[in-house]
Amino acid sequence: MSLREQLDLRSAEDAHLVLRRATVLDPASGIDSVHDVVIQGGEIAALASPGEAETNGAEVIEAEGLHAFPAFFDPHVHLRTPGHEHKEDVETGTRAAAAGGYCGILAMANTEPPVSTAADISALREQARAGASVPVGFLATVTKDMQGAELTEMVELREAGAVGFSDDGLPIVDAGVMRRALQYQHLCGGNIALHEEDPRLSLGGAMHEGPVSAALGIGGIPSVSESTMVARDAALAGYENARIHVQHLSAAESVEIVRAAKAAGVQISAEASPHHLCLTDEEVRALDPHSSKMNPPLREERDRQALIEGLRDGAIECIATDHAPHQPEEKDVPFEQAAFGVTGLETAFAALHTELVLPGTIDLGLLVERMAGGAEPFDLPRPTLAPGSEANVVLCDLGAEWTVGEDGYESRSANSWCAGRTLTGRVLMTVAAGQVVFRLRSFSLGVAA
Amino acid sequence: MKHLLSIEQLSRAEIEAILDRAESFAEVGRRDIKKVPTLRGRTVVSLFYESSTRTSSSFDLAAKRLSADLVSVKAAGSSVEKGESLKDTVATLSAYDPAVIVIRHPYAGAAQMVAGWTEAAVVNAGDGKHEHPSQALLDVYTLRRRLGSLDGVRIWIVGDVLHSRVARSNLIAFAKMGAELTVCGPPTLIPRGIEELGCDVSYSLDGIEEAEVVYALRMQNERMSESFVPSLREYAACFQIDTRRLNPRQLLMHPGPVNRGVELSGEAIDSPQSLIAEQVAAGLVVRMAILYELLAGGDASTPAAEGEGSHPTPIGTSA
Repeated sequence: MSLREQLDLRSAEDAHLVLRRATVLDPASGIDSVHDVVIQGGEIAALASPGEAETNGAEVIEAEGLHAFPAFFDPHVHLRTPGHEHKEDVETGTRAAAAGGYCGILAMANTEPPVSTAADISALREQARAGASVPVGFLATVTKDMQGAELTEMVELREAGAVGFSDDGLPIVDAGVMRRALQYQHLCGGNIALHEEDPRLSLGGAMHEGPVSAALGIGGIPSVSESTMVARDAALAGYENARIHVQHLSAAESVEIVRAAKAAGVQISAEASPHHLCLTDEEVRALDPHSSKMNPPLREERDRQALIEGLRDGAIECIATDHAPHQPEEKDVPFEQAAFGVTGLETAFAALHTELVLPGTIDLGLLVERMAGGAEPFDLPRPTLAPGSEANVVLCDLGAEWTVGEDGYESRSANSWCAGRTLTGRVLMTVAAGQVVFRLRSFSLGVAA
Repeated sequence: MKHLLSIEQLSRAEIEAILDRAESFAEVGRRDIKKVPTLRGRTVVSLFYESSTRTSSSFDLAAKRLSADLVSVKAAGSSVEKGESLKDTVATLSAYDPAVIVIRHPYAGAAQMVAGWTEAAVVNAGDGKHEHPSQALLDVYTLRRRLGSLDGVRIWIVGDVLHSRVARSNLIAFAKMGAELTVCGPPTLIPRGIEELGCDVSYSLDGIEEAEVVYALRMQNERMSESFVPSLREYAACFQIDTRRLNPRQLLMHPGPVNRGVELSGEAIDSPQSLIAEQVAAGLVVRMAILYELLAGGDASTPAAEGEGSHPTPIGTSA
């Protein structure tokens, strides 16, 4: 199975490329050496010895010194359509994904109205076939209109093509409703992705509860507002022998609970976001909602370290951006009034490469593996560079420095948490489902010359 | 000093410079004609998104005593009620080319954001539960007049610390001035991690006899419905400062407005050891000093100088 078959995108011509002398790294497939990567007919046609691949009319890209990885997969993106197309839509959001090196994304259902019916799913899939740069899958809500009360028609939604389910943006507060959804999963299939937060514990909060919130006088969102719900749902999933995916882990306690649940045999997967892996609540001291207001909030250094440890030992199998576009009106306001959320698709790899790989905190191979780890929890094929597999490739220059936002964004919104930062490592080209979906302008000009 | 956004931003020396300036304005206040020409021709905008008696009236009067033109905007009755954003309101008011914008806002960081949107100097007159620097300065001023110095002085701040910007600014200011600090209140109203601001935490009044200064905070009625405390009666039983709990050598302070019979007994408020009225009086001269430091702080002449002797230096050139 391939992403092209299982998800939707605008179809274009299959690429015919030779990435000459690229450093190919795909730890999940045990590949780590220099090759000519031949892409043809939608597939990785061959990994030839360096300099030896036949051209056969292909476009040749001199990739010596550049890295080819399996393209990334983001299971947590807000495309904002329907209802908030002034922030993002299928076209701009998937363009941002392509620019970030992604070959597939999953769109959240907390739109206006929420994606709760088969007709909603069908309409979105139609849009994706018309305008999505990269394969995109749509989740449907677990409960009708995210009210947390009644289940959606999950069987019909699955038949219409919903990849899975999530009320992301809101937790499923009622444990009884959560349990019914897990029971019903045995009929409808599809993973259930969970935004874990006890709203009574986070009430009135705008940042992590701790010494920084005490100093700033801003209402706190305690780490237990997340961890208690992760514990509840891990217990329910175990009891019902059902499957859950925990979104945007932020607290050390939550990582520990996921790790313990996995050890106990619970079918649970988890993601962490680049901003939680790179920043702590110290960032909030500047009171700039653009860079530091998101839910779950940036937490303390011990939490950040626990997330990194979770990446290392597999408690957390994937990195997900929680790309959450907002317009300036929602961010150019005092911190507590500002909307939660930051964009991340265009900067995730570069930010994590700069903040975690270059200082030696994690290996490049681990980052590459986790960036592509978001497909499998949703029964989608993991992007790989193994010959014969669907061509999902990202070509990066790990030495390139660039300043985020300098050349604008592909996304319709500019609320990047790393706006203005200088990052090292840049996506030059993305191939998704066999098609070239992104080329950095300066890079493509260079090729033409 | 370009803006006064927080106590955090000030050094002890800067705090002392403002207080020294306030002393000289106190002298002006004892004259028959209490007005000086320092800020003649300059415009001060006071923009209040929250109700206020003390802070807004003393900033307004401070501006007038310094001969500035004053525009007071209250959220109620202004375009704010029509949904105008803070950014747009500030842009509108900035069109009058004010020298200073004094802002009170219900959310943390508002004054700092405004400082990024205007050429005017910005004074934070309270931003959410974050900071209230002019209150802290007037409280330090009041104590300094009474005690000479805060070095080694033990101060207990008692009450709803969680919701209090005064508590935060005062903790920072008192610590910078060398005081030893304890915050005291029910555990539900003491923010987690507050000790990292450099204070001890006590969940009861036991030990308050060690304090030379007791600083009580306002207890708001709605805290009961949010179940921070079971009842005001129980709160008062545990934390009210009354003359029985206060020993005669201790000084009592409160930022106002007081809930009589809740955080303070009526007797304590009216006792000779209460500095509450002095705090209000200090508010005027300290706020005059703040406006002066922002607009004319680089000028060596005293604000009390008569006539045209004190031409203000341009904004941004002060130390």
